[in-house]
Amino acid sequence: MSRPVVYIPRDAAALSVGADEVAAALSLEAERRGIDLHLVRNGSRGMLWLEPLVEVSTPAGRVAYGPVSAADVAELFDAGFLTGEPHPLGHGLTEEIWYLKHQERLTFARCGVIDPLSVEDYRAHGGFAGLERALTMSGAEICAEVTDSGLRGRGGAGFPTGIKWKTVHDAHADEKFICCNADEGDSGTFADRMIIEGDPFTLIEGMTIAALAVGARQGYVYLRSEYPHAADTLRAAIRLAYQQEWLGDGIHGTAHSFHLEVRIGAGAYICGEETSMLESLEGKRGLVRAKPPLPALEGLFGKPTVVNNVLSLCSVPVIMANGASAYRDFGVGRSRGTQPFQLAGNIKHGGIVEKAFGITLHDLIYRFGGGSASGRPIRAVQVGGPLGAYLPEDKFHLPKDYEAFAAQEAMVGHGGIVVFDDRVDMARMARFAMEFCAAESCGKCTPCRIGSTRGVEVLDRIIAGHNREANLALLDDLCQVMTDGSLCAMGGMTPMPVRSAIKHFPEDFHRPAHTQAAE
Amino acid sequence: MERHRPWAEERACAILAEHQHLRGALLPMLHALQEEFGYIDDAALPLLAKTLNLSRAEIHGVVSFYHEFRRQRPGQHVLKVCRAEACQSMGAEALIAHIQDHLRIDFGHTSADGRFSLEAVYCLGNCALSPSLLLDDTLHGRVSPARFDALTAPLVQEAAE
Repeated sequence: MSRPVVYIPRDAAALSVGADEVAAALSLEAERRGIDLHLVRNGSRGMLWLEPLVEVSTPAGRVAYGPVSAADVAELFDAGFLTGEPHPLGHGLTEEIWYLKHQERLTFARCGVIDPLSVEDYRAHGGFAGLERALTMSGAEICAEVTDSGLRGRGGAGFPTGIKWKTVHDAHADEKFICCNADEGDSGTFADRMIIEGDPFTLIEGMTIAALAVGARQGYVYLRSEYPHAADTLRAAIRLAYQQEWLGDGIHGTAHSFHLEVRIGAGAYICGEETSMLESLEGKRGLVRAKPPLPALEGLFGKPTVVNNVLSLCSVPVIMANGASAYRDFGVGRSRGTQPFQLAGNIKHGGIVEKAFGITLHDLIYRFGGGSASGRPIRAVQVGGPLGAYLPEDKFHLPKDYEAFAAQEAMVGHGGIVVFDDRVDMARMARFAMEFCAAESCGKCTPCRIGSTRGVEVLDRIIAGHNREANLALLDDLCQVMTDGSLCAMGGMTPMPVRSAIKHFPEDFHRPAHTQAAE
Repeated sequence: MERHRPWAEERACAILAEHQHLRGALLPMLHALQEEFGYIDDAALPLLAKTLNLSRAEIHGVVSFYHEFRRQRPGQHVLKVCRAEACQSMGAEALIAHIQDHLRIDFGHTSADGRFSLEAVYCLGNCALSPSLLLDDTLHGRVSPARFDALTAPLVQEAAE
């Protein structure tokens, strides 16, 4: 028998439920049995309820077992898992698992498959093909290709990426920058973290292509401090990319240069807003800047700057490798390509589901997600992060599409979906939205800074049953002021979860006060 | 074992010198100082101001803006518990009540014996395995009150020895 290859993820989510312990147990048990095991620490496949997911390479393909605990390891050896034999924890061929088989993985194609810190593995799975093509093209041609693909900003705003790049390309300056916004602060989102930990060279490749497109020589990844594990992986990947001349001066014998650095945030949610992030990168308080000027013209250190989300940049290599039309063929309406949706919260099968735009919430929550984790009825889902709307069951037919969601006063955002069962109190969730805004507002504009605190107070009065109708009217008025008068999405969109909770779950705002006064 | 060194001005100056070549160096400097000492000492502010040619007020403004930077030495172990929506949907509130009761501290405080500092965070990116917490930079998912007790028991033991 040739040397068996076993995969066990190094992804932080897998580690959080014991992947390192399982890896140690696998090594120890193999040694005890005199088996020379090749253990690969891959990224996560994104089926997080199965973590730690152990995979074994067989002639028919990789066979999956999970969730495996260290205590299961000896039994797996006994059952013959190294040749893919059945076991109660077995799921057969990984690629045939319904959840994975029915996805359309473009951005996440390699995540969980390869060793994230092996350039050779990355190359063997199509990595750097997009960059190699881009190296033969002019900046304007790259911008046109990305525009043609229909790619829109995956951070939430949905602005066409190619048009943003073209603006930076056309700007005249002595230096330009590429900034990757990896300040993934929205609750219910983890796709940025997963791809950075599972396939970091994709991000490096995407940023390098962006640099070629606009003529930048320096890039920064602004990564949140809550992701120490992702920071280690990304830094290690950047070192390897420099060693193998995919970064640095004279990329693979060409005249192009690109330097890349990781910068760590410091626990400020607002720094996910692009201008606040730029201030933070400059070493300042993360205060939001007024726009215009657009960062594309006056961004980091006052220079033309591309600011893109991790997932936008990670979608670029596949677009460049396969061509714009292959990407554009996925999706509906003006939402082209795929989105890695993230199923989170009270959900049975939480994880990453990369699908073309147009899939309904219902399919995501029930067909992929399998309903609630608690087994109780699902009452609400929050879509698009803490500034996204709460939607009830009768809106689950909505297709995932930027315009369809906007028409319902909701947003696709970064693709996060947080599920709540019937025990959720929506008045409390509305209060939390205001409380979060009060804690995280940068303080520059009044509607957000003061409005959020007043919002908490008004909601406290509503929950306590004081003059409810008048206070609900006051809250609505306050929400309107915040929506119309805030400088950025923080204050401007905090009313979205608040108003959607009131609109779709009015009964929670009219409960007898004593059931909620215990706070 | 102490995870952080006691404040030492000479060492702080060396850290600042290591980062001085960076553009927008203030945040990397603050992170490096906190990594070394566990917090940002008052004495660091004038050093930073001098190194970066900024006013002490500007430095204070930045340090105080970011939740991550501490102004007091933390306990031996730092516990960051997620309070965001996904964790709430899986019972984070009950877990938090258990932790606060267990350690007898509120968020932003260090236990009287100096063992644990408790900090609130909003999202650790582990939302499919909620509730989550970071214990000294190690992520834990699906944390029930019982699992929390099991996680912290060895640390309590170690301190007692």
